[in-house]
This record gives sequence, C-alpha cells and structure tokens, in this order.
Amino acid sequence: MLIEHSARANGHSLFGSYFLDAAYDEMFDPAGTPRPHFLPLYQRLHELTPRDLQQRQSYADLTFLNQGITFTVYGDGEGTERIFPYDLLPRIITASEWAVIEQGLKQRIHALNLFLHDIYHEARILAAGLIPRELIYTCQHFRREVRGVQVPRKIYVSVAGTDLVRLPSGQFAVLEDNLRVPSGVSYMLTNRQVMKRAFPRLFANYGVRPIDHYGRALLTTLRSLAPAHRPEPTIVVLTPGVFNSAYFEHTFLARQMGVELVEGRDLLVHDNIVYMRTTAGLRRVDVIYRRVDDDFVDSLTFRSDSILGVAGLINAYRAGNVALANAVGTGVADDKAVYAYVPRMIKYYLGEEPILPNVETYLCDDPSDRTYVLERLDELVVKAVGESGGYGMLIGPHSTAEEREQFRLRILENPRNYIAQPTLALSRAPCFIEGRVEPRHVDLRPYILNGGDEITIIPGGLTRVALRKGSLVVNSSQGGGSKDTWVLFE
Amino acid sequence: MQNAKAAQPGPFCILHFAFCIDMLSRDADSLYWMSRYLERAEHTARLIAVGLNQMLDQTAELAGLRWERMLAALRVAPPEELPSDAYTITSNLTFAAANAAALVDCVSLARENARQVRQQISSEMWEQLNRLYLRVRAATPEQIWQSGPIEFYQAVKEGAHLFQGVTDATMTHGEGWYFIQAGRYLERAGATAALLDAYFQPFLAATEGAPAPVDFNDWVGLLKCCTAHEAYCKIYTADVQPTPVAEFLLLHGEFPRSVRFCADSLQHALHAIAQSTGSKGAGRAERLAGRLRASLDYGQVEEIMADDMHADLVNIQRQCSGIHAAIYQAYVTYPVESALTQ
Repeated sequence: MLIEHSARANGHSLFGSYFLDAAYDEMFDPAGTPRPHFLPLYQRLHELTPRDLQQRQSYADLTFLNQGITFTVYGDGEGTERIFPYDLLPRIITASEWAVIEQGLKQRIHALNLFLHDIYHEARILAAGLIPRELIYTCQHFRREVRGVQVPRKIYVSVAGTDLVRLPSGQFAVLEDNLRVPSGVSYMLTNRQVMKRAFPRLFANYGVRPIDHYGRALLTTLRSLAPAHRPEPTIVVLTPGVFNSAYFEHTFLARQMGVELVEGRDLLVHDNIVYMRTTAGLRRVDVIYRRVDDDFVDSLTFRSDSILGVAGLINAYRAGNVALANAVGTGVADDKAVYAYVPRMIKYYLGEEPILPNVETYLCDDPSDRTYVLERLDELVVKAVGESGGYGMLIGPHSTAEEREQFRLRILENPRNYIAQPTLALSRAPCFIEGRVEPRHVDLRPYILNGGDEITIIPGGLTRVALRKGSLVVNSSQGGGSKDTWVLFE
Repeated sequence: MQNAKAAQPGPFCILHFAFCIDMLSRDADSLYWMSRYLERAEHTARLIAVGLNQMLDQTAELAGLRWERMLAALRVAPPEELPSDAYTITSNLTFAAANAAALVDCVSLARENARQVRQQISSEMWEQLNRLYLRVRAATPEQIWQSGPIEFYQAVKEGAHLFQGVTDATMTHGEGWYFIQAGRYLERAGATAALLDAYFQPFLAATEGAPAPVDFNDWVGLLKCCTAHEAYCKIYTADVQPTPVAEFLLLHGEFPRSVRFCADSLQHALHAIAQSTGSKGAGRAERLAGRLRASLDYGQVEEIMADDMHADLVNIQRQCSGIHAAIYQAYVTYPVESALTQ
C-alpha cells in the first residue's frame, strides 16, 4: 500500500513511492502514521527539498572518499577503492527497545562465554546430552589445540558484534553471533561523525546517546586481559595488512586507542615471549587484538602456509605470556548449527529464559529437518555453517531452479555443513534513494565489549541496508550499505 | 636532595603517564618513504612547470637541449630517440609507469605509505595527501594539456606544500616527524645535487670560444627549479651568474633547498631520532650525515668549481645513498640477534 502524504501538497513527493506491507516498518505504523520517535525526522524531511538532501548526500560521500574510508574491490588487475555506501537517514531506536536489546545481548554473550570455557575444558554441556558431541567436534572452527589452555580471566569473547533482525511483530531476534572478528565498528563511528555534520540541528534536538567512547572502552577491555605482573601492558592491533578489505578499520581502531598497529612481520617470538620490532630495538607485547583468523595466526600450530601470523604465538599464548582477543577457538560458537543451541545454553548455564529469541533453524544433519528443508528449498534460506559475509547462501524465493538443485546436492553430500531458516521479512527503514525516500530492508549489529565483570554495549551499532530494492542481503560485499543508528535517551 | 625529589607529586613530572612511545620499524620506514616520494613528486612537478614556462620563448633546437637536461636532472635515462614535443615528454614524466620519477606514481606511493601508517599521522595529513592523490589520479594527459598544463603542476606543488604545512602544524614533532624530515631532506639533497650537475657539467666542460651551452635564461631557470630566484636576487641582485648560483644552491646556510641546508637538517633529524631511540647502531648514520654537512659548511665555491665539480656532485649523491643504508641498518633491518642481547 502506498502512503498518502501532505508532502505532495508542498510540490514535491519525497514519499511518493513509499510503500508498506507485512514487514515491520521502522518509521510508519501499519496505518501509515509516523511512529512518535520518527516524527521530528519526518517533519524535518518535509522542510527539505530532494535537492537539499542530494547535496548532503554528496557531501557525505565526498567526506568518505577524502578520508579514505573505502574498501578495495579486486578484479581487473588493479584494485579499485570504493566507499561503503552510506544512507543519509538515521535509523532510530527508542530507549525501551534498546533496554531489551541490551539485556538480551548481555545474557547471550555471558552464556556463550561460559559455553566456550566449558567446551575447551570439562565439556559438561556435552556430558549432559544437551548438545550432540559430534556437532561440536565436527565443527571446522573447533580448535583442539587450545583445549585446557587457561585464558586470562576466562574471557574467550572480548569483542562481539551480534546481528539482530526485527521480525514483523516488531520483536528483535538474533540472526548470527559474530564471535571471531566482527567488523564494521569503524563505520558505526564515522557514520555518526558524518551525520552530525549533515543534520546538526536535528541531531542536537533529538537526544541521541553518544557512542564516541568506543575506543576507550575497547582499550579498557583489552587492558583487563594483560598478565597480572605487567602493570603497564603493551597492547597492539594485529592486521593481516594493507590489502585486507577491513584495513581502514584496523588503522582506525589503533588510532582510537592510541596503540600500535602491527603486522605479523613486525612481531617475533623468542623464549615464548612476543616482541615487536621498533626503531629502539625489540619491545615486549602483552595483549594482541588480532584481526587475523585462527587459521592464519601461527604457522607452527595452524596453517603452515600462512605469512600473516607469528610463528610460535600459540606457544607464548599457552605459556600465559600474551593474551589474544578474541581467544583462539571462539569460532565454534559462531557455527550456524551450534547457533541453534544457544537458547539451551542460556537455560543450562544461567537458568534463565532467553530474552532475545533465535530465528527458527533447521539442521540439515537431522534427518527429519533435512527432509523438511529439501522439500521447501524455494521458501527457505539455506546457509553454510562456517561461512560469513553473505557467502555460501541460498535465498529460496530469489533463487533459480538450477541454484536450488546445486544446493540440494551439496546438502545431501555434506548435511552437517548446512542449516536452513525461514525467509524473514526483515524490517524496513526509510532510505534516501534517487531523490526519494523509500523503504529498504535493514538489520542491526550492536557492538559488545566483554570485560568479564561487566559487559558494555555501545548504544547504537551498525544498521546495514539492502540498498537494492527488494533485496534481503545487507552485506557490503553484496551491494549493501549502512546508516547511522540513533539510540534515544528516552 | 634525592628524597625531596622523590616526594614530588605527579603533575610536576611532565609525561608522567606516557607509555609505549617506541615506534615500529615498519612505521618509521613508511613515514620515511612517504616523505621521500612526495618530495620527489614535488621536485618533478616543479621542473616540468619551469620547463613548460621556458618553452614559451625558445627555438625548437634549444627546446630539445633543455628537455634532455631535465631528464638528466631527474636521473631518468633519456629514451633512444628523444621525442621533441613537450606533450610526450611531460606525459612520460607524469604518467609513465616505467619511470621511477613519474609524478603520479610518486604521489600514489607516498599515499600508499601513508595508508600503512594511518595511526601515526594525523587525520588532517592523511586527508590532504589523499586529496592530492585523488586529484592526480583523476588526471589524464589530454585533460592536463587541454586545461593548461602549468595549472596542474602548480596544483601538485601546492598540494605538497600544504601537506608539509599540515604536517608541521598537526603532528607531534617527535620521532615520526623526524623520520619524515630525514626522508625529505635526504631526497632533496640528492635531487638538488643531480640538478646542479645537469647544468654545471656541460657548462664547465664547454671549450673556450664555443657558444655557451647554458645561457642566462637557463641559469634563471635553474634557480626557479629550486624556487630560489627571488631569494637569490635579494642577495646577489638580478645579475644571475654561474658561480654565485652554484654558491647559493650548494652552500647557502639558510635557503631551504640548498644542499648544505638539507645536510644540516638531515643531521639534526638523525640526531633527534638517535636521542629518542637510544639505538646502538645510530652513530653511523649520524656521523655520515655530519661528514656531509661539514664538507659543505667549510666548502669554497671557487675551489669546488676550479676542481672537479662533477665528481663532487656525484659524491654528494653517493653519500646520500650511504646515509640511507645506515638509517636502514640502525632502525629498520637490524638483525634480531643483536637486539636480543641488549
């Protein structure tokens, strides 16, 4: 249904092609009336012409380009740098909605952290029969090399970025737990900077909770991992290097925290102590915020062809001479099949009901689930359990018969590797597209910092947008963009 | 006395909370090269701009001679058959990938190095360099030539100057800043020596009675290549003569593009770096820079010109390479074993 708008009377139809359907709309209620917390934005938009908005959009794009906030797309020999598409209009979340998200995420990260400790020590939850053993031990991200390793303060997950979606009922649900190296936090922070310049007055009057303390909070979290006898620890960010698509983010975080950004070749291990090579000689390193996957972090323990990591790092880690954030092996809880068991983990470890629900998930390893999935490939979303970034995915309603046949064969060949979920009608938020405001599907990735005693969630996050009309895929590698996320004080 | 000092409360002790001020070797390397490449790009842009300006009043024969000299000054091997039109030559110097001094490549490399040390430099520096990069990357030979080539090279010079100003104004004048200084002055010393050689070698080699291979306009051009024409006139008047030009560009103590000034600044930067790192291998680089500076401090232009000036200028370039190697040995590629025994 299209919405009738007074804007037409003003001579321009900014909302002329805005439509509503079964999906939850962030801005309008089902009757087409703006929700109260979106009303000031809605009114402000009516004071502006498409041209005003276009100017602000161009200004924002230029800012990203000049600041070099880009990712590299490889293809025709020379890598080209593109900006991550930015949508001008904020996504707004009320204080009461946020309170639920915050509580739910704290509960979830707490349980997942206990689960990881358990899995790499006594494995009580497996003995209790709540999760099948083979599910854990066949997981490609389970690292038997770190069984029994004493992780500083038992913190496995220091940094997480959980993907939430909003269901047609308006309730938020968890789509994925990103416990390895969740990216995008730099976009959250720079989106906000650009937003403040594009809509200064609106922003000032809205009562938006600040997010600028992320860098300091991250530093505090990392510092809490340092060995006790190192009161002034040296903390570094380990990047795969300048060719990594998230390189901008790595430099950004190092600058925000005021710590060194290192590559594997800057570090060396001698007598189980990690050093970095400085102009003044070697300097001991105590905490590494690594943005390198487990597989590549130490060529002596994991992939021997890796040149991104540091040979001997895991030995230093086992000896307790260096802390890694996140710990090695957290990927087991990221597995999309293990995900299905998170509600049970919350009940088992915390004795609580999950505050944020999971999305219904069918495990292809389970014979009856598999039959169900194979019969409904054209309705469901099928995902490979170890992938991220929107790769290895089949979106049933948008797929061709050929793609479905491919996935059917792949599922039959390796059922453990696939799960399926219903195709969700993700909520939609207003976006500025080609001179008009139109609704597009969004998700939300809040960033969580786990300091052990206290879990901090930055009030905001990255709202990713599927900018192509009708598309459900929000990943930047698949034509997605992002927008600023406002969490209101009240 | 010692007790009293120990009782001093924290605030009297500046930088009481500072920690982790060591710089990664790789970062120092990147800052140094960022600075060198940008200096090189600016130098190339300036020489091309001067060449294009001179082109406006010269014969075709003279033009060929001058372009050839410019290639020598930029240490670019002249192609087998020298293309005589300015369009081809400047396009080659600006874009050709095979050319080590190609302007666009230098700016790209400077920016690529800066990208690797984003956390060491200020955002203002990065944005300025990135803007310059986007400007030169968007340019094509046709477009430069159509919209007035001098304007383009002027923009590159200004972009580089602006970057230096932003650097001085927004970056801590600590170790990293001194690596930037070291890179700039080392590059400039070598480039200026090569430039002088390109002019003075044919001038001094000319036989008596033959037409002078370097005329008045060329000497003015040489000064302009170092943005030194106005500064020169203030001291020596507008009567531009080879010997005072050599004196000014080689031995002047206060002009920022003279070789002596560069050597002096280089030694100062290396001294500051040695102080802040306390590195064992620092002495050699500092000593080599000091030797170069001293030879220029006490140099006499008449002697230099009467003696073998070409050999002197080549020697300066060789010393610059030696200092570069010593910097690497001390701060970047030192053997790990030596560092562990400290």
